[in-house]
Amino acid sequence: MFVLHRVLATAACTLAIAVATGLSASAQIKIGAVLSVTGPASFLGDPEKKTLEMYVDEINAKGGVNGQKLQLIVYDDGGDANNARTFATRLVEEDKIDAMVGGTSTGSTLAMIPVFEDAQIPFISLAGAIQIVQPVRKWVFKTPHTDKMACEKIFADLKQRHLTAIAIISGTDAFGKSMRDQCVAVAPNWGITVVHEESYGPRDSDMTPQLTNIRNKADVQAVVNTGFGQGPAIVTRGYRQLNIGVPLYESHGVASKQYIELAGTAADGVRLPAAALLVAEKLPDNDLQKPVVVAYSRAYQQKTGQAVSTFGGHAYDGMMILVQAMQRAQGADKAKVRDEIERTKGYVGTGGIVNMSPTDHLGLDLSAFRMLEIKNGDWTLVPDAKS
Amino acid sequence: MAEFLQFLSSGLTVGSVYALVALGFTLIYNASNVINFAQGEFVMLGGMSTVFLALAGVPLPIAALIAVIVTTAIGLALYRFAIEPARDASAVSLIMITIGASIFLRGLAQVVFDKRFHSLPMIFGAEPLRIGGAAVLPQSLVVLGGATTIVLLLWAFIDRTILGKAVIATAVNRLAARLVGIDTRRIIGLSFAISAAIGAVAGVLVTPITLTSYDVGTLLAVKAFAAAMLGGIGSALGAVVGGLVLGMLEAFSAGYISSKYKDAVAFIVLLAVLLAMPRGLLGRGKIERV
Repeated sequence: MFVLHRVLATAACTLAIAVATGLSASAQIKIGAVLSVTGPASFLGDPEKKTLEMYVDEINAKGGVNGQKLQLIVYDDGGDANNARTFATRLVEEDKIDAMVGGTSTGSTLAMIPVFEDAQIPFISLAGAIQIVQPVRKWVFKTPHTDKMACEKIFADLKQRHLTAIAIISGTDAFGKSMRDQCVAVAPNWGITVVHEESYGPRDSDMTPQLTNIRNKADVQAVVNTGFGQGPAIVTRGYRQLNIGVPLYESHGVASKQYIELAGTAADGVRLPAAALLVAEKLPDNDLQKPVVVAYSRAYQQKTGQAVSTFGGHAYDGMMILVQAMQRAQGADKAKVRDEIERTKGYVGTGGIVNMSPTDHLGLDLSAFRMLEIKNGDWTLVPDAKS
Repeated sequence: MAEFLQFLSSGLTVGSVYALVALGFTLIYNASNVINFAQGEFVMLGGMSTVFLALAGVPLPIAALIAVIVTTAIGLALYRFAIEPARDASAVSLIMITIGASIFLRGLAQVVFDKRFHSLPMIFGAEPLRIGGAAVLPQSLVVLGGATTIVLLLWAFIDRTILGKAVIATAVNRLAARLVGIDTRRIIGLSFAISAAIGAVAGVLVTPITLTSYDVGTLLAVKAFAAAMLGGIGSALGAVVGGLVLGMLEAFSAGYISSKYKDAVAFIVLLAVLLAMPRGLLGRGKIERV
């Protein structure tokens, strides 16, 4: 009798352990995201958060990835690179994530890169500057177009309009400064000369002194504003207030309806390079991106009641590239997933068609950018420049 | 010349906001020796409340009025629940309490409002006026006019009413004021309420130009504090002068020198004043009888 009890007890324990092990085999895949949901980059980070949450829910509802559910852990860095770094460390050490999709701004991304490189966790960034993928780092990828591509798209358009002398007014944040550096570097290749430069702090509320200086330079034929968040909105308002007649170009950092809301009628006539997502319904039917961008933009609008922005689109691309890589890698093994991300080919996303390689962790070319002009408070497509 | 006028108008506009916030600092400091670092939050609350009431469908003038009243109530609540219970604490403790209150109000704003940037329509339209070659927004003139009106009203209140005299008496010597029957607690509460109201009005007037979000109060409070120190903490006229001068220094340095260091101007001024001229431009020296 005594022996029987012991046998039964042992059997029960073994069964319990087997069940427990079985349960842990379908443990969740943890995806971390450090986003700037509040602060000066909030109109980038907020749609990113909503998009990631939306699609994680959708993927989980369809059964997850390789039978495993996804768990999304989001932290808000408030636009501060120091906070981003702290949260990145927490994601790696405490939450033990398998992959990371995030880094709303260039500043926060650059701060977090060393953390993920050391921990050997694949990191898909949602920020703009080219330094994120050049030089290529083994574990770091990105989905948004680079600032260098934005400069080139703008210069191509300027050339088409026969404008060669420009002034640059840049934000002193990492992205604004980085794009300004890229524009200055590639300008000679396009026959463009930068005749004047000004800058402003990302939280400044009045740029009229800087714009006055630009207006007084008689040889300026166009103005390029590099930056994101509220700065460009205030620059645009000041631009119209001072009645500076020459064309104004913004960067893709303002690719959100909120910019138009804040800048008001001053935004009419402003041109910017942006992803096809913003003009989803207006694309020609044979455009490869049209089904993807229309589907995303309708889903986003329905779920959140807000107009779609390219930043949410970059988050969508990041999540989809990661998930497809995990499916190809048959699991969440970090090294295998990283290899599969690098092998992404022909992925049609909201930002363009992605073809990554060991030397290209972005995978987009200039055709992924469209030149848009704002008319009557809405985006319109400008016929492509011969770039 | 046109350039100079442009910088001047930009400097005076932002300077008026600094002046009004600095005035709030001075009022509260005079009555209670407390430097209220939540002052910037009053500006933020005035602007954000108006935006959200307007979004909810309330007509703009009424939304602005309600926003000012709500902010005044918050100022009173700040005094009643945070400052008054700690009235015997040291000055440093009281300052820390106000910093804590400012963080609390910022957090509250994030939850009650949202984390985005908002604007208000300009009262007289966005078409700038051409004055001597400079393009001046009508809203700038509204801000300047509003600031002047508030300063005049405040001066009339302080100088021409019994309650105003009581405020001065409390500022000069609190114990003596109590001895002659002035309820100093109510006077200090009044100073908080007036500062909050002034801040809220400034917020409503300037939001069409500078936009607003839940965290505009922080930097504003620090700069306005620098302005109050520049003008001489304790002097109301000094606060106004300090605010305008700081605004103009920022605009001129951004225009003529470099726009990169615009924010640094306020801090350089603060350091210079604290090191070389702690009394500020118009502050009265402390006279002690030995």
